[in-house]
Amino acid sequence: MGCILTFVEQRGGTPRKASLEALSQARRLAQGAGWNVCAVLVGHGVRDKAADLGAWGAQTVYVADDEKFALFSAEGYAAAIAAATEACPPSAILMAATITGKDLSGRLAARLGTGCLPDVVAVTLVGAKIQAVRPVYSGKALATVEGCSAKPLVVTLRPNVFLAEGGGAAAQVVDLPPVAAKIRSKVVEVKAAEGGELDVAEADIIVSGGRGIKAAENFALIRSLAEPLGAAVGASRAVVDAGWIPHKHQVGQTGKVVSPSLYIACGISGAIQHLAGMSSSKVIVAINKDPEAPIFKVADYGIVGDLFQVIPPMVEEIKKLKQE
Amino acid sequence: MKCCVLVTYVPDTASIIKIGSAGNRIDEGGIKWIISPYDEFALEEAIRIKEARGGEVTVITYAPERGSTGLRECLARGADHAVHVVGGEATFGDAYAIARVLAAAVEKSGPFDLILCGVKGVGSDQSLVGAMVAELLDLPHISGVVKLELGDDALTAQRDVEGGTEVFTSPLPCLLAAHKGLNEPRYPSLKGIMAAKKVPIQTYKPADLGLDEAELAGGGATTRWVKLELPPAKAGGTILKGEEDPAAAARELVRLLREEAKAI
Repeated sequence: MGCILTFVEQRGGTPRKASLEALSQARRLAQGAGWNVCAVLVGHGVRDKAADLGAWGAQTVYVADDEKFALFSAEGYAAAIAAATEACPPSAILMAATITGKDLSGRLAARLGTGCLPDVVAVTLVGAKIQAVRPVYSGKALATVEGCSAKPLVVTLRPNVFLAEGGGAAAQVVDLPPVAAKIRSKVVEVKAAEGGELDVAEADIIVSGGRGIKAAENFALIRSLAEPLGAAVGASRAVVDAGWIPHKHQVGQTGKVVSPSLYIACGISGAIQHLAGMSSSKVIVAINKDPEAPIFKVADYGIVGDLFQVIPPMVEEIKKLKQE
Repeated sequence: MKCCVLVTYVPDTASIIKIGSAGNRIDEGGIKWIISPYDEFALEEAIRIKEARGGEVTVITYAPERGSTGLRECLARGADHAVHVVGGEATFGDAYAIARVLAAAVEKSGPFDLILCGVKGVGSDQSLVGAMVAELLDLPHISGVVKLELGDDALTAQRDVEGGTEVFTSPLPCLLAAHKGLNEPRYPSLKGIMAAKKVPIQTYKPADLGLDEAELAGGGATTRWVKLELPPAKAGGTILKGEEDPAAAARELVRLLREEAKAI
């Protein structure tokens, strides 16, 4: 019987949401094919939580719990997942296309002598073959891609796209034998973002500011809208290049490609490179003075007007709603 | 210090993408080709390392004929040597095949203390080749580098992750995949452009590296593009006029987001 193995990323023992999305999708694929659902957990002090993944559909959870996995290393984590593939062995390996997943997937695939379908937004089984859809040219086109490797393929799933749904019993936990890993490059320190700021790549709602906000200090206005929505703050390339906000906030072709459920673009005209980074958002809102701005062509809702006059009453109205 | 930079030549990010007649590739008519923007950060870092500590910079690409134009641009910016593995049309999009070719080219051209590349090739957007090359060459790698401190036999690098920053250490040799923020790439100087014209480009076919491209794209292929489509066009949105009464438009927008879109 076939099996799908999902690498579940965790932070402090808690699985990441994007990994639960991947595990849920693995279960949906496995159900259709009559395959098993396996997961692999790598870290230090993570074993206690392994059985909990049963609630997300995992039947067997392989655990590599070792001090040397306390902090991330692509070499160490790839060795641990490779050890799980020997125990399992899977027909495909899924993981979330987070920074860690994107880093790890190439290393793991090459180690296994196979290919990878990265950052997919849809994945199906056609017989035993994996077919997926992925945005390319930063979302300006969609490619249907398939695996043709004789070996199990690695597939990474774009966060915020697949539904995470619970269901299932406790999983069987299997300890992997000690993993021999040559670890040379490794994380030695993790610095949390100041003020625990939400990252655009993970956010469900993003409020972005562009040149139309006129000055760096006016990001306070963008933040005032983001705050009651629990949203992350995004930015166009123009304002990042102007030094108004750090690059990690940039959405677009040379920034982050995002697909939140709500994207609010304030004072962003919508250069093709920016649209490429956010056009797969579920609901797009544009606020811009220029009725001809390209952003309105992809917007589901919009206001043609001065953002300095539009945003404050929006904030007031949203705060009222949140109090209800 | 000997640095190697892996570069790829991609459609300009401002390009309008059209689907080619084969149905699984873009229409290359009218496309302007550029060095992938993230590769520019990798090249700039290598040139800065050479300027600060001495050494040489070798750029390597695996591309059709047009790739040589990209290599000339890298030479004009300050690279010393250029290696062009001519091919890549058949293996397009198969990161593992591409990584095997590049790894073989690095081995043939090295040894190097540091290998740099961009965090992703803009276009196929895979973010795979760097880590694959490192694994194939049995080297450590760090992906998404935004800050680098280089010692004689080790380095410290930082990358941004969701909600924070990770600090890495690694011995040399090592492969680094560069991200925006690492540096500010320079433009080629006129002098550099003139000098670059005189530098011979070392060309190879994959067969010269002991690899059979037909096999890499045939029986040895791992992934392929079956179909390429434009995203579905969006229906016209509800655009409110907010010039005269911005507050009323703001309230209406919030109502629509709440009641119609159910987005807040």
